[in-house]
Amino acid sequence: MPRVIFTQQLARFTEVPEIDAEAATLAQALDAAFARNPRLRGYVLDDQSHLRRHVVVFVGGRRLRVRENLDVPLAPDDTVHVFQSLSGG
Amino acid sequence: MSDRAWVATRKGLFELRRGGDGWRIGTVSFLGEPVTAVLPPDPDAPARPMIAALNLGHFGVKLHASENRGETWEEVATPAYPPQPPDAGDDVEWKLQQIWALAADGDDVWAGTLPGGLFHSKDAGRSWRLNEALWNDPRRHEWMGGGYDAPGLHSIVLDRRREAPAGLRILVGVSTGGAWSSDDGGASWTLVGKGLRNEYMPPERAYDELVQDVHRLAACASDPDVVWCQHHNGIFRSTDAGRSFVEITDVPLSSFGFAVAADPNDPQRAWFAPAVADLCRVPVDAAFAVLRTDDGGRSFRVLREGLPQTHCYDLVYRHCLQVGSDGRTLMMGSTTGSLWASADGGESWQAISTSLPPIAAVALER
Repeated sequence: MPRVIFTQQLARFTEVPEIDAEAATLAQALDAAFARNPRLRGYVLDDQSHLRRHVVVFVGGRRLRVRENLDVPLAPDDTVHVFQSLSGG
Repeated sequence: MSDRAWVATRKGLFELRRGGDGWRIGTVSFLGEPVTAVLPPDPDAPARPMIAALNLGHFGVKLHASENRGETWEEVATPAYPPQPPDAGDDVEWKLQQIWALAADGDDVWAGTLPGGLFHSKDAGRSWRLNEALWNDPRRHEWMGGGYDAPGLHSIVLDRRREAPAGLRILVGVSTGGAWSSDDGGASWTLVGKGLRNEYMPPERAYDELVQDVHRLAACASDPDVVWCQHHNGIFRSTDAGRSFVEITDVPLSSFGFAVAADPNDPQRAWFAPAVADLCRVPVDAAFAVLRTDDGGRSFRVLREGLPQTHCYDLVYRHCLQVGSDGRTLMMGSTTGSLWASADGGESWQAISTSLPPIAAVALER
C-alpha cells in the first residue's frame, strides 16, 4: 500500500496522520488522509481542490509537477511526501 | 466602552488592556502567524465567539474562534468559494486569498475577502456561504486589483436599524470596484457611490462608480445614513447611506490615505490619517498627524500631540484607525508596527509600542 507522509510543519496547526492508504492514485491517497483528519484538506488543497501554490508532492522521490488533476497513478510500494516551502520575515 | 482592544499583526494577535496608566499589551495569540482581521466579542451577542482570521500563506486562510476572549482558540470553518465553472470567463481564480474584513450583527457574521467575495455566516461563524448575488454580478469582472493583484472587499457597513436578516441594509466597499448597497440582506445589490471621483482613469470615466478605488468606508453608528469614504485620491461624505457622496475639498496636509474612523455618536465628526500621496506613502514632512473634522468636513484640525514629528515614515492602513463607542477613545496602528492610543478624541496620543510587527487591523471592544 502506498504510504503518505506529511511535513511536520503542519503538525503546528492540525493533526497530521501518517498512513498506509488503499489507493491507486494520489487523489485517493490524499482523500484517505483527509478522511482521518478532515481539517487537513484545507491546508494542502485550495478552494478548487488544487494543490496549494507552495505545497509540493514527491512520489517515490520525484517531484510532481501537476497541481490540478491529482489522479496520478501510484504503485503499491510508493511513498508520497507532502512538503511545503517556508518564507517570511 | 470596554477597556480591551485587539491588534492583528503580521506576526500574531495582540490583546491590549487599559489600566490607570493607559494601554498595555496583554496576551499574544498566534505568535509568528499573520493575522489579517479580528472580530472582538460583543456583549450584545454573547453566543457569538470572538473570531480571528489568519493567513498562513502556503497553507491558506484559516479562521479561529474563541469563547473566552482569546484564552484558547479553536479552528473553525473557513469560507470557501464554490467550484469555478470552466466557462466562468473569469480572470480571477475562485480561491480565497485573504479575509480582509469581518463585521457582525448579532450572530450574523460577514467576511470580506481578496479576491473580492462577500461571505455570510448565519451561525456566528461556524459555517459560511458566498454571497452569490454580488459575486455573480457581471460588473464584478470590471473590478481591478489595487494594492494587491486581485480586487478586495474591505469595508462592510451593517445598518443595525433594520431587522436582520431579510431587511438588513449592507454597504460594502471594494478596492477597486466602488461601493455596493443591498437593502434586502444581500439578496440583491446596487452599485452606488454617485459623486465619487477618480484621478487615475481616463477622464471620461472619472465619475464612473464602478472604477472608484474606495480605500475605506465608515458610517456613524447612531446615524448610519452618514458614511465617510477615504478614497484613493480624496475624502468624501455621504448623507444617504452611500448612494451619493460629496467630495470634501480644502483638506489640510493631504487627502490621500487609507483609514477613516467615524464618530459613533456625532455624524459631523471623523478622523483620518493622511500620507503624502499614492506615489509617496509617508507622512507629510515625515511628521505624523491625524486629521479630525467636527463639522462634516467643512474644516479640519491637525492633531499632532504625542505623535512622532521627525523622521516618521509610518503608514496607517485601512483597518488600523478605530474610535470606540464613547467617541473619545481612539487606537491607531501602522505598517511599521507603531501603536498609538488617544483618550481625548485625538487631541493627544500615547505610544503603546513602536516595535510591533506590521499592523493589519485594530479593534476596540464595544
